[in-house]
Amino acid sequence: MGQDPLFLGHISIGVVLIVIVKVLVAFVALMVSVMLMIWFERKLISDMQNRIGPNRAGPFGILQTLADGIKLFFKEDLIPDRSERFVFKLAPYLTLIPAFLIFTVVPIGGTVHIFGHTVELQVADPPMGILFVLAMSSVAVYGTMLAGWSSGSKYPLIGSVRASAQMISYEAAMGLTVATVVLVTGSLGTRDIVAAQAGSYFGIIPKWNLIRLGVVPFVIFLIAVTAELNRPPFDLTEAEQELVGGFHTEYSSIRFALFFLAEFMNTITMSAVIVTLFLGGPDGPILFGPSFIWPIIWFLIKTGVFLFAYVWFRAALPRLRYDQLMDLGWKVLIPISLAWLLLVGAMQISKVYGFVLFAVFIVAGAALLRAVAVGKESNEVDIVTTFRQESPRKGTLGGDQ
Amino acid sequence: MVPLLLTAIAKPDLIVFLAAALVVVAGGIGVISYRNPVHSALSLVMTMFGIATLFIEQNAQFLAAVQIIVYAGAIVVLFLFVIMLLGVDRAEVFSRERIRAQRPLAAVAGVVTLGEILILAHATWATGAKAANGPIGNSSDNVFKIAQVVFSTYLLPFEATAILLVIAVLSAVYLSKRVVVNVDEALEAPEDEVSLFAAEETEKRAPKEQSSKNDDEVYEV
Repeated sequence: MGQDPLFLGHISIGVVLIVIVKVLVAFVALMVSVMLMIWFERKLISDMQNRIGPNRAGPFGILQTLADGIKLFFKEDLIPDRSERFVFKLAPYLTLIPAFLIFTVVPIGGTVHIFGHTVELQVADPPMGILFVLAMSSVAVYGTMLAGWSSGSKYPLIGSVRASAQMISYEAAMGLTVATVVLVTGSLGTRDIVAAQAGSYFGIIPKWNLIRLGVVPFVIFLIAVTAELNRPPFDLTEAEQELVGGFHTEYSSIRFALFFLAEFMNTITMSAVIVTLFLGGPDGPILFGPSFIWPIIWFLIKTGVFLFAYVWFRAALPRLRYDQLMDLGWKVLIPISLAWLLLVGAMQISKVYGFVLFAVFIVAGAALLRAVAVGKESNEVDIVTTFRQESPRKGTLGGDQ
Repeated sequence: MVPLLLTAIAKPDLIVFLAAALVVVAGGIGVISYRNPVHSALSLVMTMFGIATLFIEQNAQFLAAVQIIVYAGAIVVLFLFVIMLLGVDRAEVFSRERIRAQRPLAAVAGVVTLGEILILAHATWATGAKAANGPIGNSSDNVFKIAQVVFSTYLLPFEATAILLVIAVLSAVYLSKRVVVNVDEALEAPEDEVSLFAAEETEKRAPKEQSSKNDDEVYEV
């Protein structure tokens, strides 16, 4: 009954080896890119702030991360007295593992032929592909939440409650935008999503979901992912001025390094997911040389653009206030992504229907905003008049001035 | 050793089932035996993952993903929220049972449920078909088939469930949102209308703190 293609009927050592090699390559590549990413972020931030940044270890300071990692390895591993020991040790792994698992469903290239096997450049291509990404990103909440709770101290707890509330809030918007992509693709598999974006309009404009869906879902997804990653400007979870260091305040040594690793790994995997969903993944022209290398290069370039954008966000944008964060998530992103989902659905049926719905949405949205404004005004009046009537004391509540 | 390993590899279903069943049972026992509610909730997550694995093994990929997203990713997270925020995250001592005949009744209910499951798993009289009927096609069909059934045959129940959920959410929001104004404070400074609105503003920003602070002297509008 289990339909794992690997084990169906016959099983050859070659297939098993290919899977093992794929996992290893993905893991090592991700680790190395995390190392480079941390260096890239520090170097770029310091450029943007007129500083020099790391420049001692290796050429251009590129080995700085390695040095930091080694330092963290040899530091003392502290476990607070009041912590919940088992959960405290478990939490970093709960953050790290989903970060890696998401990467396994991202297609990083086309197919290659090795020893008579056709190999997809992707660790796994399950039929539930993109749902797996959503599942893993919702599981990632546990690491953050339990790390804060198990530290047995109040700032980490506040940080982790903030973080998990934020992650849950933005997951809804993220899921709805993914649904728009699935709607036009007609499949949940990541390779199908990429394949559906091949081709172009008029031979020039690529048929990526970024353009096909209008830019709105892409922007919403980018914002939601930034919030999901707890990266600036949504890094309330580790707001130094308010919370010391956030949920990982009590962590030190290698466990702290694991959180750090997970954060950057998540940044890279989520950039890769954005590329897969909206920018056609490894789609791009094959210029010269071996044909299997170009998709990988295009994929790396596109992912690199988003990594740069994340660093840029961090350097350029001030941190949001907590109520602004929640308002943005619940009152702006979720309604817009829901409306856009319906709109894309209507467009799938017919263009006329779609444009009518678009007009309806604009009118309805304006009416709703007006209704909310009127409601707010009348509420304010209500409180004052109620107090006037029911106040036992003489005089009014300042209505006369 | 090697032949044993090879026979084991030849039956991947069995291995997956045994591993997942072990995880499910261990998680289930953990839920009821841990003293600390957070540990119990974590065991519940473990059970959810075991069940999701079993779903994948049965080729129900969509169900597996939904199992993780909804149960592990949302519901147990909310459990944990409540446990952490209410501060009941300490070991509990059950010295005295509230309901007297709890244990015997639980045992009877357990036996009845087990019997029911065994009957449903083997006999055909309940639904006219065996419970475990095998795969419904190859796995990529799975999502398609579920969608087709949900949006055609069972459209009405599906939409009714959706409306029910929306109503539940709306009523929860409505019930939890109350405009709280501290009467005494407002009356202390009657000429200062600003303070009244200031109270409302703070209420909007931090509803929890405000409501807990003024719990004994609230005035609802």
